Amino acid sequence: MFDVNKVRQDFPMIRNHPDLIYFDNGATTYKPDRVIDAINDFYCHFTSNVERGDYDTAVKADQAYMNTRKIIARLIHCEAKEVAFTANITASLNQIVFGLERMILKEGDTVLLSHAEHASNLLPWFRLKKEKGINIRYLPLDKQGNVESDRLEELFDDSVKVVSLAYQTNVLGSVQPIKKIAEIAHSHHALIVVDAAQAVGHRPIDVKDLDVDFLCFSAHKMCGPDGVGVLYGKYEYLKDMEPIFLGGGMNARFDQDGNIILKNAPERFEAGTPNIEGVIGLGAAAEYLMSLGLNEICEYEKELRKYFIEKMLPLDNLEIYNPDNLSGPVTFNVKGVFAQDAAGYLASKNIAVRSGNHCAKILHELIGTDQTIRASLYFYNTKEEVDRFVEEASKISLETAIGVFL
Amino acid sequence: MAEEKDYFNDPDFIRALIMDHYQYPHNHVLKNGDYLSKHMASDSCIDDITVQLDTEDGIIKDVCFDGIACTISTASTSMMTDLVIGKTVPEARKIIDEYLKMIDHQEYDPDLLQEAVAFKNVYRQANRIKCATIGWNALKDLLDESEENDGRE
Repeated sequence: MFDVNKVRQDFPMIRNHPDLIYFDNGATTYKPDRVIDAINDFYCHFTSNVERGDYDTAVKADQAYMNTRKIIARLIHCEAKEVAFTANITASLNQIVFGLERMILKEGDTVLLSHAEHASNLLPWFRLKKEKGINIRYLPLDKQGNVESDRLEELFDDSVKVVSLAYQTNVLGSVQPIKKIAEIAHSHHALIVVDAAQAVGHRPIDVKDLDVDFLCFSAHKMCGPDGVGVLYGKYEYLKDMEPIFLGGGMNARFDQDGNIILKNAPERFEAGTPNIEGVIGLGAAAEYLMSLGLNEICEYEKELRKYFIEKMLPLDNLEIYNPDNLSGPVTFNVKGVFAQDAAGYLASKNIAVRSGNHCAKILHELIGTDQTIRASLYFYNTKEEVDRFVEEASKISLETAIGVFL
Repeated sequence: MAEEKDYFNDPDFIRALIMDHYQYPHNHVLKNGDYLSKHMASDSCIDDITVQLDTEDGIIKDVCFDGIACTISTASTSMMTDLVIGKTVPEARKIIDEYLKMIDHQEYDPDLLQEAVAFKNVYRQANRIKCATIGWNALKDLLDESEENDGRE
């Protein structure tokens, strides 16, 4: 049984701010003690570089770093050698786009995206469109951002080489039928890349069952530290992919004539001293989540969101954009109030949400507005917090929002 | 230094003033022709406004603006247009300077700012200072540009 009150005690941010309602988990998440302790432990007891030292603390750092690959492999059901560490999911996606450009894409090829994607899964592809002449097509979405998978076949022709898609979209929380899309993509000899930033740490992920070719995410959105991302790739693709960054730690040998032999994947994607503390913290975060159980986390979040939506729907002053989705944030506006002003009112009541376009600047094609308020939950949020949130949301108007400045 | 008028300490008065300028902003239009134009889109991913300026012989003939923006940036820019139209460039600069001082919680001259004194408490909301100054900074840039152009002629 998932005990939220017990879980809340694991988070120093909650202990230090018992009255702050943090509903901005889509932006970043709180860190439990054991993540912070793991990072502290590294700096206090075995600070060393990795892959280089011949002494005990260096060996220990090396083991801790490598162990995170195994932990992530358990989290997403892959092999450790298929896990590369990057700076964040943005770096992972840029690496994949760069690698696929070098490996397979040529002028006239097509990449399938969606209007609900985050900037990090659009802008690298837009550059390829401009510089390499690839085509971009958008998958059909319903009004709440869900891919209409029965209309997918018609989008595929011989030019389609890649489908790149969020597992769970960051504004509307639509969970895409990735397994089915992967199957269709593969039947047309296209690869599938998955942005799982809002999915990992919220639900069980099995890359082998989904049969996706690449999947990436950031540590900080799953209770881990900032500055670390994961790039999962099927080894058959990862092993030949060209890295963006060249330098120390990723080459096997080179000579004065410029001949370079790279290390094998995944080390070849980790040029320079990596974020060792971050990778160790990521390992601790993933172990923590698995100890709570990803199924349990997923079910608890769904139940909390359902409760949230049921309380929000009767409020006449709100427009809610994603009432029917089962997961992810509750995204809304207060009628007649600019999103940032409404968020300012909530902030004055010690409630943290995000307002704006959430880096999804082409989503307005779908929902007809640029600016929304996103209230995004995680497993440490409670029904009591939802009650207080709804109480304050019901009071937001132009008058009360301006009141913050008086 | 002049004193603030008492009614600027009345929350209901300030609220009504800001609401009025937000719902019915003044000079809220973009013009064609010889106007200098400044699009403020890079500073923030939320407010996205364009401010335009027309000067003749060192006098501000017109200032106008349009775009997607919150109450604070819309209302403050609306009040700004009222304050500077008809003023000389140095007079307008003085008004902008006094306003920016107020937003920075320094001593300022309320007589020069008139209605814009409504924003005297924005300094308490550090994350909204950009909203309260976006239109004013745009006009400052436009005045610089206008004087550079005059220097070249």
